Amino acid sequence: MIKIVKRDQPSKAIFFFTPVLAIFLTLVAGGLIFFILGFKPFEALKFFFIIPIADKYGFSELLLKATPLCLIAIGLSFCFKSNNWNIGAEGQLTFGAIVSGGVALLFYEQEGFYILPIVILAGAIGGMLYASIPAILKTYFNTNEILVSLMLVYVSKLILDYLVVGPWSNPEGFNFPETRQFSDSAKLPLLFEGLRIHAGIFLALAAVVISWFVFYKTYLGFQMKVSGFSLKTAKYAGYKGKKMIILVFLISGACAGLAGVGEITGPIGQLHREISPDYGFTAIIVAFLGRLHPVGIIFASLVVAITYLGAETAQIFMQIPKYTGQVFQGMILFFLLASDYLLFFKIKFIGSKK
Amino acid sequence: MIIDINFVGLIIASIMASAVPLILASCGELITERSGVLNLGVEGMMIIGAISGFALMTVTGSLIVAVFGAMLAGVLISTIFAFLTQTLITNHVATGLALTIFGIGISAMIGKNFVGIPGKEFPVLFESLKDTIPLISPILFGHSIVFYFAFALPFMTNYFLKKTKIGLIVRAVGDSPESASNQGINVRLVRYACILYGGAMSGLAGAYLSMIYTPQWIENMTGGRGWIALALVVFSTWNPIKILIGAMIFGGLTIIQFHMQAIGVRIPVQFLTALPYIVTIIVLVVISRDSRKIRLSTPSSLGKSFHKDN
Repeated sequence: MIKIVKRDQPSKAIFFFTPVLAIFLTLVAGGLIFFILGFKPFEALKFFFIIPIADKYGFSELLLKATPLCLIAIGLSFCFKSNNWNIGAEGQLTFGAIVSGGVALLFYEQEGFYILPIVILAGAIGGMLYASIPAILKTYFNTNEILVSLMLVYVSKLILDYLVVGPWSNPEGFNFPETRQFSDSAKLPLLFEGLRIHAGIFLALAAVVISWFVFYKTYLGFQMKVSGFSLKTAKYAGYKGKKMIILVFLISGACAGLAGVGEITGPIGQLHREISPDYGFTAIIVAFLGRLHPVGIIFASLVVAITYLGAETAQIFMQIPKYTGQVFQGMILFFLLASDYLLFFKIKFIGSKK
Repeated sequence: MIIDINFVGLIIASIMASAVPLILASCGELITERSGVLNLGVEGMMIIGAISGFALMTVTGSLIVAVFGAMLAGVLISTIFAFLTQTLITNHVATGLALTIFGIGISAMIGKNFVGIPGKEFPVLFESLKDTIPLISPILFGHSIVFYFAFALPFMTNYFLKKTKIGLIVRAVGDSPESASNQGINVRLVRYACILYGGAMSGLAGAYLSMIYTPQWIENMTGGRGWIALALVVFSTWNPIKILIGAMIFGGLTIIQFHMQAIGVRIPVQFLTALPYIVTIIVLVVISRDSRKIRLSTPSSLGKSFHKDN
């Protein structure tokens, strides 16, 4: 007989074990889906998860995709830890890219060491500005941040579309929906000859270190955690709730904006319609899979980045639509949430009673 | 300037048609939320309904099978959400987001073979009456059965919640699961039922889009309507009749945008397309500003898990 018993305290070991379990279950379910679609499950999974990162180029692509995911997820962890549901990181990424792209275009004929820092800063500010909208509406107008931040995603993509088709489109570009190429001084340097991995990865690593410090070594981090557990307690302790809401939104907006900068000044080098394959949404999954812990998020971003590469490989070699990546991402989150049950409940096997 | 009165009627009818999916999905979500469950997966359930309806119509050739199949697909996918949030007591927001991401992915996977296939004509009712009375006739007659159902649904939902015993139970579960449970009501069962019902309505909304409104399958064709439906529930302050008003406003914005483009108003297309999203934000701000009113009308246990120790 099986009996389910409530744990007195959530198990810490299981807290870090369940993400691994979730990934395993996702692979099993994914294999099953491939089988139903008429592929050999193991071969398909190999195409999806191993072949894309088997060589140097593949590994560089993995880091390239993991960089924005990690950066955004770190930012989101500030929001999620303190119970603020910012799900519009995709919009903050886009707006950050717009602002920094605009600045980069101002300097399109110039070279100079000062250009790149300005462009990067502009992206962070753009992301912060855009994230401040749901934050201010939440704090001063009591408006649901989930819906506002999400609606703003659609708006930001339309603004970008307007700019690259209209006023910012390349005058020598034969009406393609794209801007001029940025000057070399406005681009993030590549790390290795022939690979696309760029210096943006240092931004992500810096975010990891800073967030770890803030979470575990500062009073602010403590306040955030308390507010996440119980808003009432936070109020009772006299924390300035409104200020904190705005602060965490600004932090996560800045991170998303920086991810946007990384995309356009890294692999893309200009603005065009599609600058992000929904990194902002996928990063939500990364944040949860990484347990809102800076180190966990590094691993989670690598795991989830594989689903992007795998989807591309599977599309080329197996004619499976690239949306399969999203199916895997959704499943990871489903299984992760489901296995959280083990945190709070024990499953006991008891010999059958007479 | 002479305004053709029938043209006005046609515009109103087209506004109503674009309001249909919003009404269906919002009324479904309203019941779910009234039972205390916040399902952010509307967009995902809608797109699953859209592809299921279209695929079944193409494969079986039967419209009835397709419509009910789409609803069933909505039920099936919402079962995942129900199992996770009710049985495994997961966080509603995160689970709903997973449902949306998963739904969009799965729909594109299934839909791969259905891109570019033309849809079928969906039969309309009372077509012969369409030219009898100017202005009124185009509004009232010549629509699909789903259209009529959608406009009856808010009233039926209102009646259900206010006048029936089961409606009372749903509200009790949403407002105070503890006392409902003490009264011997199976909270989990009620919430399961409400989630699955919401799934069925979202599935139907999706099927309306892919089979009747723009009869074809396009990846990601719901285009944020699921999220607007969620916003409409807040807008309505959980009152089904107000959903009707909200959905008409958003339907109107969509249609006006087409007509402004047609008569060549010199506003960038992108701005017009962004209008429904911007208006959603403004409306949410206006509605939510009065925090007391929102608190009074929101189901008290919305989004909170309920677990009975046994």
